[in-house]
Amino acid sequence: MRALDRKVLRDLRGIWAQCLAIAMVLACGVMVMVLSVGTQRSLTETRDAFYERHRFADVFAGATRAPRSLLSEIAAIDGVAQVEARIVFTAMVDLEGMVEPASARVISLPSLGEPALNLPLLRAGRLPDPLQPDEVALSEPFAQANGLRPGERFRAVLNGRLRELVVTGHLLSPEYIYTLGPAAMMPDDRHFGLIWMREPAAAAATDLDGAFNDLTLSLSRDAHEAAVIAAVDRLLAPYGGTGAHGRDRQMSHVFIEGELSQLGAMARVLPPIFLVVSAFLVNMVLGRLIALERRQIGLLKAIGYPTPTIVIHYLKMTVGIGLAGMLIGWGMGWWLGHEMTALYTEYFRFPWLDYRPGAAPMVISGAAAMGAVILGAMRAVSAAVRLAPAVAMAPPAPPVYRRGWADALGYRLGLRQTTMMIVRSLTRWPGRAAVTLFGVAGSVAVLVASFVTFDIIDVVMEDLFDRTNRQHATLILHQPVKEQAELAALSLPGVLHAEGVYAAPVRIRHGQVSKLVSLMARDPAAELTRLLDPEGRPIPLPDSGVALPESLATYLGLVPGDKVEVELLAPPRQPWHVTVTRVFRQSMGQDILMRRDAFFALMNETPQINMLHLAVDTSFLPALQTRIKQTPAIAGFTLWEDVRASMEATMNESLITMTIIFSGLGMLITIGVVYNAARIQLAERAHELASLRVLGFRRAEVGYVLIAEQMLLTLVAVPVGWLLGYWFAILMTQGFSTDIISLPMVISRATYAQAALTALATAFVSVLLVRRRLDRIDIVTALKQKE
Amino acid sequence: MQSMAHPKTAVLSTEAITKVYRSGSVAVHALAGVSVSLFEAEVVVLLGASGSGKSTLLNILGGLDQPTSGRVMFRDQNLSALKDAALTEFRRKHVGFVFQFYNLVPSLTARENVALVTEIAGDPMPPEEALDRVGLSGRMDHFPSELSGGEQQRVAIARAIAKRPDILLCDEPTGALDSKTGITVLEALIGVNRDLGTTTALITHNAEIRRIADRVIYMADGRITKVEENSVPIAPAEVSW
Repeated sequence: MRALDRKVLRDLRGIWAQCLAIAMVLACGVMVMVLSVGTQRSLTETRDAFYERHRFADVFAGATRAPRSLLSEIAAIDGVAQVEARIVFTAMVDLEGMVEPASARVISLPSLGEPALNLPLLRAGRLPDPLQPDEVALSEPFAQANGLRPGERFRAVLNGRLRELVVTGHLLSPEYIYTLGPAAMMPDDRHFGLIWMREPAAAAATDLDGAFNDLTLSLSRDAHEAAVIAAVDRLLAPYGGTGAHGRDRQMSHVFIEGELSQLGAMARVLPPIFLVVSAFLVNMVLGRLIALERRQIGLLKAIGYPTPTIVIHYLKMTVGIGLAGMLIGWGMGWWLGHEMTALYTEYFRFPWLDYRPGAAPMVISGAAAMGAVILGAMRAVSAAVRLAPAVAMAPPAPPVYRRGWADALGYRLGLRQTTMMIVRSLTRWPGRAAVTLFGVAGSVAVLVASFVTFDIIDVVMEDLFDRTNRQHATLILHQPVKEQAELAALSLPGVLHAEGVYAAPVRIRHGQVSKLVSLMARDPAAELTRLLDPEGRPIPLPDSGVALPESLATYLGLVPGDKVEVELLAPPRQPWHVTVTRVFRQSMGQDILMRRDAFFALMNETPQINMLHLAVDTSFLPALQTRIKQTPAIAGFTLWEDVRASMEATMNESLITMTIIFSGLGMLITIGVVYNAARIQLAERAHELASLRVLGFRRAEVGYVLIAEQMLLTLVAVPVGWLLGYWFAILMTQGFSTDIISLPMVISRATYAQAALTALATAFVSVLLVRRRLDRIDIVTALKQKE
Repeated sequence: MQSMAHPKTAVLSTEAITKVYRSGSVAVHALAGVSVSLFEAEVVVLLGASGSGKSTLLNILGGLDQPTSGRVMFRDQNLSALKDAALTEFRRKHVGFVFQFYNLVPSLTARENVALVTEIAGDPMPPEEALDRVGLSGRMDHFPSELSGGEQQRVAIARAIAKRPDILLCDEPTGALDSKTGITVLEALIGVNRDLGTTTALITHNAEIRRIADRVIYMADGRITKVEENSVPIAPAEVSW
């Protein structure tokens, strides 16, 4: 090994703790990239492969009852490649030993063979025999959650008739990678599943012989999706078509897309912070090392080492730090990627999901890490090698201090001299102070952005469960019924209060922008579900017009007073032009609301309902659930307590883990910055600080000079970090908001306080680590060295 | 020893102190049994070649270091029994130091360097008075980098005396200075000793400087080889450099 290379290794060993601190900050950036880009890639590739191999459809449509003869016309639409007509309906499932009712979506399989589109993957057993009307296959998660193995039997209410069904196999479908029950917020594999049944059996159960009520299409490569959708709508309109849509409105697909875009947001926002901080840190530490080695550089040049060799020598040190950061980051990212992917498999039911980040995130993150440190080093190195050997070998000129505004302030405040030393150090090396300030501010910002998750979740949960939805349970009805059903519901066990809602699919359009949403028509006096104004206060349903959630209003560019076109996707289907009379706050879903009487006046029909919200005396809950299982008119039952519990469980698992990880990352920046700054301070001022000890300053008083400077900078960095964190939080809520969930931008004072305290405590511990070194300095030896 | 019979009151004294530095298997005996006393208001010069143990002795006297064996007494207090914190208190209250390389805080002005000490002392003189005593009243607001070597050393002296210490310990205070500047520094030290009665010990390897002292202690190989009384000390200006 060459002598200079040996020097690199020894130098790195000498400042290993500082190098490690930088490497760790760098590793965080690399890790987040490998984690987010890698997971995004794994998820995308798995999804795309599953979609392709199992022929996931491109366009989806529903109808009340369309004749099969229509299929040839649909197949003839320009751009349609394949057509699959099915019968899809909801059934209540009565499982052995489960008091609460479960529900399932029944999907028909062709009479013979496999479906052309949305081909389910057989995971166990076999598909149902077309000649056995009681045979069904179940979605694997539902079957597993309820212990229903092939060959076992269970009871279900199919269109009002109680039937005993036999399980033949377990399936996974590209259409239901993420499965949500009616009115559910989270997947609940125990209470909601999919049942595949051969078409003759499904048709018999729903009286849809020779007809279909669900249509899926695949498109040819050059198809124009919007045109196909319009044509399908036109053809299905007479048969109660509920509006065709592309994958962008397909529930499972939308959830996966949302997750992918969140991973993308993470990959864009976080790594740059870590990379920039690392670059500054390398610049700071290497700059200091080079300043110390000025004479050695002069000597190397004097004995004939060419400048490039010296530059490369110092860059090698940097590369060492970069390599360490890259490898640690790859390792952590790889490990967390596996963990995160494993977490995804609990919600996203792919037949396989392996974390396969591929080479790209590794190469990109590695190059970015190396680029950041080399860029940081270049400035420090180039300044040093420019010096002529004779100049470099002479000691550097002592730092020149000048009086400035800080002195006047110091005198006015009557600062002690040890404090003046801090003030002068800050004003003498503003660049160094700025690195610490910027780094700690970045750290506070990351902490704010990670703690804010809890504020947002609190608001979402409170809005959802305490302010908006105050019902205990929601019933979904098979068919619309008269309003009087509200009264009938009161006769169910334990029901204290019932409020009916009519939910209808509509297309809402403003100018060129449109969206498929649900319209909820309800009684203005409803108390169980309420509307909230943007500040979260309950507001009444407007007497006329339509109320829109904020996110939808923004998407369509609407404000109260504007006219909007609402097209009902069920008969009579004609578009209405109604006035937007309210914009309300809603974090989950994008339902629009109208008064029931106003809605049915437009329809020219007597008011009806197809959903019931119930307030229940919970001591009667088991009796209510038993009764519901025996009531054919009910297609679905949601217990809000369960919804809340499962949401909270998910939050606890995934969000808390993520928050811990990101808080850890935030803290690492502070450690990296403050530890390095304090080490440099100590190295440069060891002599001065030893002098103070000689003069009779106590350890704590000398430590103050070191600690207070870093803590002062940290303190100043806190409000800067708050501002930066506010901005991050906006980016995050925007990046994480989807059509399904729109996150409110709320930051509590507690979040600001926690972020500040975490950063201050971390900075304090980091500087205390350095203070221990100060205590170990032998004052006699320190004094013998000339300044 | 001769010094034990001295009629004056001892401020600081050592009894058979040794100091052994260990570095791996090598032991260096920096002090090999030194007994010495410093008396009220006297000026003592410690003379000896480098490595003779002068600085080690001075450091132990000033509470910067502890002897390996033997006792160090400050009046009735046994310094060798003190822990680090108590030694710091001793330095803070009773000792003033002046070093060859000044050891000023570069980011503080002359006045502030002195104030550094007066802020933590019990009964200090104002920084301005201390600087006036060393003839620097006109340079108070200058930073060390704006002062000459002699001026910096005088700031160091002002800083050492501002707390009205019982003992002033100077390690080669003129070592880095030319003769003319060295004389002004010595004049400042002698002036303080005369005006305030501060016991002053001064290390030098410039033998001529011994003539300004009341007593001269010669050291070699970690021992005191000779102690000389000087009944008629000369003024610093008369020292031939």
